[in-house]
Amino acid sequence: MNVFVDLLNGFATVLSPANLFFAAVGVTLGTLVGVLPGIGPAVTIALLLPVTFNFEDPIGAFIMFAGIYYGAMYGGSTTSILLNTPGESASVATAIEGHEMAKRGRARSALATAAIGSFVAGTISTILLTFVAQPLGSLAVKFQATDYFALMILALVTVTALVGTSLTRGLLSLLFGVVIGLVGLDTLSGQARFTLDQPLLFDGINDVILIIGLFAIGETLHVLVKGRTRPGQVSPLEPPHGGFLWLNKEEWRRSWAPWLRGAGFGFPFGVLPSGGAELPTFLSYTYEKRRSRGRKEFGKGAIEGVAGPEAANNASFSGVLVPLLTLGLPTSATAAVLLAAFQIFNLQPGPQLFENSSDLVWALIASLYIGNLLLLVLNLPLIRLWVKVLEIPRPVLYSAILVFATLGVYSLSGNINDVLIAYVIGVIGFFMRQLDFPIAPAILGAILGPELEKQLRTALTISNGDPSVFVTRPLSAVILALAVAALLLPYLPRVIARLRGRPATTEKLAFADED
Amino acid sequence: MTIVVGYTPTPLGEAAAATAIAEAARRQAELVVVNSSHGDAAVDPKFAGPATLATLRAAIEAAGVTHHLTQSLSGLDPAESILRTAREYDADLIVIGVRHRTPVGKLLLGSTAQRVILDAECPVLAVKQAQG
Repeated sequence: MNVFVDLLNGFATVLSPANLFFAAVGVTLGTLVGVLPGIGPAVTIALLLPVTFNFEDPIGAFIMFAGIYYGAMYGGSTTSILLNTPGESASVATAIEGHEMAKRGRARSALATAAIGSFVAGTISTILLTFVAQPLGSLAVKFQATDYFALMILALVTVTALVGTSLTRGLLSLLFGVVIGLVGLDTLSGQARFTLDQPLLFDGINDVILIIGLFAIGETLHVLVKGRTRPGQVSPLEPPHGGFLWLNKEEWRRSWAPWLRGAGFGFPFGVLPSGGAELPTFLSYTYEKRRSRGRKEFGKGAIEGVAGPEAANNASFSGVLVPLLTLGLPTSATAAVLLAAFQIFNLQPGPQLFENSSDLVWALIASLYIGNLLLLVLNLPLIRLWVKVLEIPRPVLYSAILVFATLGVYSLSGNINDVLIAYVIGVIGFFMRQLDFPIAPAILGAILGPELEKQLRTALTISNGDPSVFVTRPLSAVILALAVAALLLPYLPRVIARLRGRPATTEKLAFADED
Repeated sequence: MTIVVGYTPTPLGEAAAATAIAEAARRQAELVVVNSSHGDAAVDPKFAGPATLATLRAAIEAAGVTHHLTQSLSGLDPAESILRTAREYDADLIVIGVRHRTPVGKLLLGSTAQRVILDAECPVLAVKQAQG
């Protein structure tokens, strides 16, 4: 029953006024960026990273970051349902049925099933995280360098394969990230790599600079070039109808099972390196659609199609935290940014984290319970306020982001060269966006690349330079085989279609870039 | 004859549109409806959606008035786009909605109505929102 004591200690930490304040700030900011299309949790956390440098206690910062991620998931559903423009990629599936519901005057029901489902699934998966994390962490102690190497390859490959429309583009993006990650003096040999003989690059390119450059500055330029767009139409909220929490009896009955199933999809897919929340939301959507085939309501606003995916995307976050906290392995862009945050505070996520910084870990887990509750309270009653956020003119919004990005980068080192590097990366990020290169693999590559190299070296040192260790150790070999399979997975629908003698309908399974 | 009306999907805009329709029917004039947005936010409540425009079009047609609906995303402010349209169609009358603005509000946001009234090359009919 050690877990309960730890968890209660975590609650004691979170329930202090200062940390509650950070949780509230986090979920509010998260909802804001979730509502706004184009700005996601990863870039928000990256922009806030420099602000948190001066925190005495990293706990507050991490509570805020977790709140941002959760808030973004809640906020994304609002835009999906009322505007049919997913605020972030994990809400794409919600938009399909959610907007149909709103058009048919059931906007409140859709919003309520999304919010309550998020709460239910978020809480379930946090409970799972509570009990799974520590045992997995102690299991991870037995992992060797070859296993870590294989796991990182798996994480990099799956994210690259699943995100974006083209595998080649994904791999190029990954390669770009790894190269950026390796810029600087090599830790072992002291050799300068990819520095173009410029001393200012000897220290390497800070992860935060890369993230802010690619996401914030690149996205700003992308929006700038896109210019004026036709404003969307917000579906009006119908007058409140009866029922408990905006849902009537029938809707409760139809929602609860998809919520639970959504949590069932979200958590494991969050744990697995599968690029975050997109995959489980689509799986949940497809499953709910299959199940209720007789109803023929899908496509015309079926509440199951909102309840399931929304539950799945929230459940996946606690899942994503499992490999991040226990192995130091990020499986999505946002998780990669969180890993960068850990490194900034000199914390190394991994098996030792639970022993060395158990206060922080349990406070973080406890903050997830609190954050979920705060979001449920904040979300539905303030829905009109969140919709108002969409009226912020983009020039105002993005100039604020640019100012924040510039100040943030400058405050990292007080060096103007860093700002210039960030802007150069921003221009590269802009061309990546324009040419349809996914950003997430680059971020993961830059953050995992050096770590990958370290494990590769350790493994090869132990084996006296014999590369066969990666295939002779069964666990490593299996994981590497999975990585190869993951490369082929997106082409599976096409292969199956070909085998059945039908022309391929879809080019490749593709999921939106998590931003 | 041509009448230009500045329209927004708000009670004030509807009042202006209703007056403009009545006026156009009385004068047997052509009605040009101007609705504009900066087009730089994800949502602009002043920009009429397809449903609102259909309702407006039906109301105009019911009055038997020939009309043009123009929607622009040019980034011009509303006053400028009304004035430009009026010049373009050589309008005989501009109809706009007016409301109270606090001095501070006027200082910060300016007044579309004031600009239209002062800069227009034709008479301007100012409509207030019905009370109650």
